Amino acid sequence: MSILVIAEIDSHGIKAATRSAITAAGQLGGDVHLLLAGSDLEGIALQAKSIKGLSKILVADAAEYANGIAENLTPLLVKLAPGYSTVLAAATSFGKNLLPRAAALLDAAMVSEVTQIIGERTFVRPIYAGNLNATVTAPAGLALITIRQTVFEAVAETGGDGAVESIAATGDAGKAQFISRELAVSDRPELASAKVVISGGRSLGSKEIFHDTLEPLAAQLGAAIGATRAAVDSGMAPNDAQVGQTGTVIAPDLYIAFGVSGAAQHVGGIKDAKVIVAVNHDAEAPIFKVADYGLVADLFDVVPELSAALKQ
Amino acid sequence: MKILVGIKRVVDYQVTVRPAADGKGVETAGVKMSINPFDENALEAAVRLKEAGVATEVLAVAIGSAANQDVLRHALAMGADRALLVETDAVVQPLQTAKIYRALVEREAPQLVMTGKQAIDDDAAETAQMLAALLAWPQATFASSVQISDGKATVVREIDGGQETLQLALPAVISADLRLNEPRFIKLPALMMAKKKLLENIALAELGDTAAPSLTLLNVAEPPPRKAGRILNNVAELVAALRAEKVLP
Ligand SMILES: Cc1cc2nc3c(=O)[nH]c(=O)nc-3n(C[C@H](O)[C@H](O)[C@H](O)COP(=O)(O)OP(=O)(O)OC[C@H]3O[C@@H](n4cnc5c(N)ncnc54)[C@H](O)[C@@H]3O)c2cc1C
Repeated sequence: MSILVIAEIDSHGIKAATRSAITAAGQLGGDVHLLLAGSDLEGIALQAKSIKGLSKILVADAAEYANGIAENLTPLLVKLAPGYSTVLAAATSFGKNLLPRAAALLDAAMVSEVTQIIGERTFVRPIYAGNLNATVTAPAGLALITIRQTVFEAVAETGGDGAVESIAATGDAGKAQFISRELAVSDRPELASAKVVISGGRSLGSKEIFHDTLEPLAAQLGAAIGATRAAVDSGMAPNDAQVGQTGTVIAPDLYIAFGVSGAAQHVGGIKDAKVIVAVNHDAEAPIFKVADYGLVADLFDVVPELSAALKQ
Repeated sequence: MKILVGIKRVVDYQVTVRPAADGKGVETAGVKMSINPFDENALEAAVRLKEAGVATEVLAVAIGSAANQDVLRHALAMGADRALLVETDAVVQPLQTAKIYRALVEREAPQLVMTGKQAIDDDAAETAQMLAALLAWPQATFASSVQISDGKATVVREIDGGQETLQLALPAVISADLRLNEPRFIKLPALMMAKKKLLENIALAELGDTAAPSLTLLNVAEPPPRKAGRILNNVAELVAALRAEKVLP
């Protein structure tokens, strides 16, 4: 049977996370269809058509799907799901909000944040903030799955030629009303997909110092800026900069942690980074246990030195 | 307005968890257990709504063995009015949990259900959405601010890259993010008072059929270890190492 991937759309079109979900769907085997639900989808449907790996794109174009409201999207999923073996999405805030709601109405198995597909119904997913991995099997029949975007490489945006088909909308459930959305605007790359991430902890001391210390180095490295929960909670960095169990899980090529102690909840979010560098003046800090390279030093000395060395 | 708050007893967040000897679960013998931190935020929000005169009663519920009485006492000490323990020795997964909560909602008729956005053991982040679906109520997950007025909840949610604001018609389900509030510190007199509050036990079977498709746990293991790291002496060594790794230009 085929697999239905739920597309996530933002102002730039279909998110890269959706293309990671298509990769995961491909690993399950079978035809992969994409559900594109939103409003004013003409351009986006064209974009979807050329994504690799899709045999069909179902387009549900209606005002009630405009803001990703789970109450409105769920009836559409419930209607379509019985024609598929698996419904799949990325484990973004959108996917995590939507799929369990549909799973409950379908009385189907739900497997969240899958990091490895072992067999048709056997998956690995992290538990305890990523400190352990659980291998689980879902019962036969329909399963709804969210996958961790960072471990499945996105399929190509071009080279595909899926058939585009319009489908009927299911109406406004009238239960939840979208009021507003504030997305952080930054010159830096997106945290979840950046190749280089530098981050700071509580020790940076203030919003100004956090910014003035890390921003120039991030610009030099083309890096996204992350933060610990302690740094976010004390107002040094915005909420969406938080890396870890409660924030964003990242897997950059290079992660440099400045003044981060390495609490389990933080480390769970960086374990898949290719190279981890820790700069901390406490040689006993747990972050050194996961770091590939460590400097036992004051971050306020290291940041300018690193900046200068990179200019050479 | 009555608020039902779902609470889970989990391994304390400061404990370093290890796989059980048979690899079929997590070692919990002699391990400190606590209320799931996110549930504590949900409870704190509910208690504040009561203190503000918006809610009239806060009911804390947990599912599990008799050992759960400790987290329910904790909830009562934080300000819940009543507690309810649905007793079972079985491992209850999110969809079954949602079905149990639905049965409790039918009995207790709350206008709002609050719970943590995820439990720090299975990290599933599913129960609130599932319950909202089963009740045909609206949902606001990952909430960092909740305001109730005129039969509506205005909720700010944490989403990837920012936040959004939704307005839900009550009754509704809201799941709490850590940023929703700072849970209060429990003082000894509150703990003593909590002993006098009502903690009711219900056998799971009393709630009717709550069976749900569930996942079979085959194995729990530590992730493959990262290769041993090196402490370097200075920035020059670091830059050289990172260039050798081809992660720096
Ligand atoms: C349910 C739950 C979920 C959580 N989720 C997350 C999450 O998603 N992400 C997250 O990050 N945390 C999370 N936390 C919090 C986590 O447990 C830690 O409290 C937090 O990560 C610590 O942040 P920190 O490293 O900035 O601060 P601290 O632990 O205070 O560490 C500061 C470090 O900076 C070092 N330092 C100080 N000054 C300097 C200097 N000048 N130069 C070099 N080093 C210096 C110190 O040696 C120390 O190691 C969560 C907690 C809970 C309970």
